[in-house]
Amino acid sequence: MLDDFMVRATLAGIGVAIAAAPLGCFVVWRRMAYFGEATAHAALLGISLSLMFEFSVFAGALFVSLIMATLVTFGQGRSLFLDTLLGVAGHTSMAAGLIIVSYISGVRIELMAYLIGDILAVSKTDVLLIWLGLGAVLLLLFWRWSALLLCTLNEDLAAASGLNPKRENFILTIALAVVVAVGIKVVGVLLIIALLIIPAASSRFLGSTPEKMAVFASLIGVASAILGFNASYVFDTPTGPSIVCVASLIFLLTLTFSSLTQQFQRKN
Amino acid sequence: MLIEVQSLNIQYGNKKVLENINLTVSSGEIVTIVGPNGSGKTTLFKAIIGSAPIASGKIIMSPSLKVGYVPQVLNVDLSLPLTAERFLNLVTNRNDRGALRAKQILGSEDYLSTQISNLSGGQLQRVLLARALLNDPDILLLDEATRGLDQPGSAAFYKKIEELRESSGCAVLMISHDLHVVMSASNRVICLNGHICCQGEPQSVASSPEYRDLFGSNIDGTFALYQHNQKENKSRINNSNA
Repeated sequence: MLDDFMVRATLAGIGVAIAAAPLGCFVVWRRMAYFGEATAHAALLGISLSLMFEFSVFAGALFVSLIMATLVTFGQGRSLFLDTLLGVAGHTSMAAGLIIVSYISGVRIELMAYLIGDILAVSKTDVLLIWLGLGAVLLLLFWRWSALLLCTLNEDLAAASGLNPKRENFILTIALAVVVAVGIKVVGVLLIIALLIIPAASSRFLGSTPEKMAVFASLIGVASAILGFNASYVFDTPTGPSIVCVASLIFLLTLTFSSLTQQFQRKN
Repeated sequence: MLIEVQSLNIQYGNKKVLENINLTVSSGEIVTIVGPNGSGKTTLFKAIIGSAPIASGKIIMSPSLKVGYVPQVLNVDLSLPLTAERFLNLVTNRNDRGALRAKQILGSEDYLSTQISNLSGGQLQRVLLARALLNDPDILLLDEATRGLDQPGSAAFYKKIEELRESSGCAVLMISHDLHVVMSASNRVICLNGHICCQGEPQSVASSPEYRDLFGSNIDGTFALYQHNQKENKSRINNSNA
């Protein structure tokens, strides 16, 4: 079954979508979108290094994302302009990555695949890595769910309740690094954050509890992956961007639906 | 002795935030920390709950001390769906006595299914206080707990704290900007500005030159307001009881 590239691509898309969605909820709740963006951009440095020294692209991306995650966790509170530092670190890494890639012959064409993803080229190993990453992320989130929620609301309150907010934040950023690393094959460094944020944003109008919102976000992510994949097949469009566009369409639909029902409720 | 802070120093980078802080809180006491913005009040609280890095000094808590913490604000992003009830059940060490006290504070329960972001200031205050009481704490830490409440609202809040202390015997350590209320509701006032300027009974702190220096020109006004309001508050409280 896995010999069929269509099956592999679908499984990869679904895996990344499920992992990204609940994590995306935290990214939205905590307004970490910029951090996610910077981490994803920085991952390009890891990719270029892995291409140069010929080791796994996944490992390269994960390594650099983890460094960014560590920087953020331990830089927090020490610097007032963390956002700016993130921007500097993320874009410097990306620029350096692009320069390194320009030195490797024959890789320039491949670069596009890492920027917007190349889901049709995922191997069996990639699928396995994606589902392992998915499992790890879901386990982490499931294990720390309530603690992470409380840290999101107020870190001092979490500390007073016996939690270690620094540790919880670090767990969240590690999960984010893993999703960025496994998601690159599917939607690329430029669009992976879209897969985190857009399904989460759409599900806000559907879920009345944090858990429901996360589940709905996963469902919307999976639907976007399957529909986007098929759309790209039918219209012959790049797959990663198609998945993101479908997710955006769903967002528009839920937004319209929720504002219509709200108006309806107001009238009655 | 519930909490004893011994020559505590805290600095962020090169900036000394707290210098040589010594203070104690005994059981059943209401101690209030006053001080201008940036005087390190919140940092001192963070150090006590273990979330600020200590440069030197010690904070000794009595063994198995149960702390209830009421934060200034909750960062509830509008994108986060969370009911008051869910928030109350999020990572707590509750016990029966605490749950009962929380219930008394909450009063009517019909707002518990409301989203946190839709609660009124007073309702949110009750939810935060109720959450802090769930473990039946030996000491309550209140960080500007009346922020966002109007004057009658804060007066009622402090009255509730006083009642809590009477009924449960728990100590209270609070940060407050409501100088006049502080003076009437505390056993002891600590005047903080990076270091402890003065501390003692409300009357003696209010008349000390350090306190007057810190709160500047409107100190006489505040002091007058305090004496005036103290009577007024009492009569208002009596009326509401009648």
